[in-house]
Amino acid sequence: MGMTMTQKILAKHAGLSEVKTGDLIMAKLDLVLGNDITTPVAIDVIKNMNKEGVFDKDKIALVMDHFVPNKDIKSAEHVKCVREFACSNDITNYFDVGQMGIEHALLPEKGLVVAGDCVIGADSHTCTYGALGAFSTGVGSTDMAAGMATGEAWFKVPGAIRFNLTGELSQWVSGKDVILHIIGMIGVDGALYRSMEFTGDGVASLSMDDRFTIANMAIEGGAKNGIFPVDDKTIEYMKAHGQKEYTVFEADPDAEYDEEYTIDLSTLKSTISFPHLPENTKTIDEAKGLKMDQSVIGSCTNGRIDDLRIAAKILKGKKVAKNMRCIVIPATQDIYLQAMEEGLLKIFIEAGAVVSTPTCGPCLGGYMGILAEGERCISTTNRNFVGRMGHVNSEVYLASPAVAAASAITGVITDPAEV
Amino acid sequence: MKARGNVFKYGDNVDTDVIIPARYLNSSDPKELASHCMEDIDIDFVKKVKAGDIMVADKNFGCGSSREHAPLAIKASGISCVIAETFARIFYRNAINIGLPIVECKEASKAIKSGDDVEIDFDSGVITDHTTGETFKGQPFPEFMQKIISSEGLINYINSDN
Ligand code: SF4
Repeated sequence: MGMTMTQKILAKHAGLSEVKTGDLIMAKLDLVLGNDITTPVAIDVIKNMNKEGVFDKDKIALVMDHFVPNKDIKSAEHVKCVREFACSNDITNYFDVGQMGIEHALLPEKGLVVAGDCVIGADSHTCTYGALGAFSTGVGSTDMAAGMATGEAWFKVPGAIRFNLTGELSQWVSGKDVILHIIGMIGVDGALYRSMEFTGDGVASLSMDDRFTIANMAIEGGAKNGIFPVDDKTIEYMKAHGQKEYTVFEADPDAEYDEEYTIDLSTLKSTISFPHLPENTKTIDEAKGLKMDQSVIGSCTNGRIDDLRIAAKILKGKKVAKNMRCIVIPATQDIYLQAMEEGLLKIFIEAGAVVSTPTCGPCLGGYMGILAEGERCISTTNRNFVGRMGHVNSEVYLASPAVAAASAITGVITDPAEV
Repeated sequence: MKARGNVFKYGDNVDTDVIIPARYLNSSDPKELASHCMEDIDIDFVKKVKAGDIMVADKNFGCGSSREHAPLAIKASGISCVIAETFARIFYRNAINIGLPIVECKEASKAIKSGDDVEIDFDSGVITDHTTGETFKGQPFPEFMQKIISSEGLINYINSDN
């Protein structure tokens, strides 16, 4: 029987000619990732192992992104613990203040993940790298510790849901709307245990940044990973960002899928997830007019250069509404620099938005934009659970950069075509 | 490797809060955790469970938070294996990583009743209900998985490798 793209990557890394859905395998890892929250826990676990050092100092990436520059003493202690570990183990890819960016934007940009890789990260949005045709998934700190020590992880081979994309997105509609639409359709556990495999003619029209956004939120559909086929755009991206060798895997023509959906991209509208679950989606016509207090444009989902360009296009020459705060967070230092060179930061600041150094910040209610009781935020982030961005009685509405920027101008949820 | 014991049967969506209520999470001592295991849905569980007993449930066992305390509590209570139609993904990983054997088998999860005497052979994946005489085919554990389980978890497994 044929294998899906994910199954082929897993089989290769397990040294097997074939795997089936449900098989338990041990696979070799190309990269193990951790951040400033999860790595300290993994370091504790590693201390209980009688393994000396790490499996490969070049294949571990430690990214200090959630609370840096450190927001308080506790977060500073955490980073200190990771910094010392990175130093004593001579970890090549340790990213601290000044080099760091949000992990899932940073690793592809640094060329640390490429097509065909098998990657685990102690962070649920590790599934982002599926945009490059890699298998990547989020795990716990024990798995991360074991991964760092041995370079291996066990997996249960997932089945897959195939999303056949056709057509092209209309103006102001982007990758974020595609994935919110899908989550609204299948629900937050719709893809539990399984891969989301994206295929079809429509894929070619999606930018790499759109694909990162879509793969990033596969986890919000319950999926183990999301994955895109490798095409010219993927190869061009990988060549521009590093020298690491890549391998292209394709699903077998007779691969079996648990479910299949066809989505005509041209029919999609701007989509917004209402509190308190990503599956509570409404289209812009149903959502517009609702009063907001804050707009956040950033995160591992939507802090890339395409996202900032779209937001700047909308905010250019306009002003953020009175009683509204607009917070823009480029996801990495390179994106920050590029946005500066393109004049985007000037547009944001002149409009009355603030621009922050790269950080997860408000996405998980850490700092840099916490909501008070009763406040509402239109946000390009990925989770709108109760209390995610602050007070338990505050609300997060997930949307694309275009909608978040348009709403910043008016102070209510707004169709970007109407500003 | 085999397990055999009496069955405690539960339904769909047994979540991690039911397995070990959050009010007891100020401890990470497995024995302490085990003394409150399942108490919100089955107050008698802790009194009745004997070493080797088996837990059987329906869909999505272990959903909810990613706390490793949940499989730890079950294991420390003496349960030798959990059989369910499906497990929540993170619970699944956590269970294996701390050395609690778990098996997915829809047919077994449907047919087996509370109090049945059930045996599982991890090498073949065969589940036998000695009370009814029925057998079911679950998935066998590959060798490395059996080693993780028999060394009482991933970290010990890695340690013992050297
Ligand atoms: S931006 Fe948000 S979702 Fe992404 S890694 Fe940071 S906290 Fe997690």
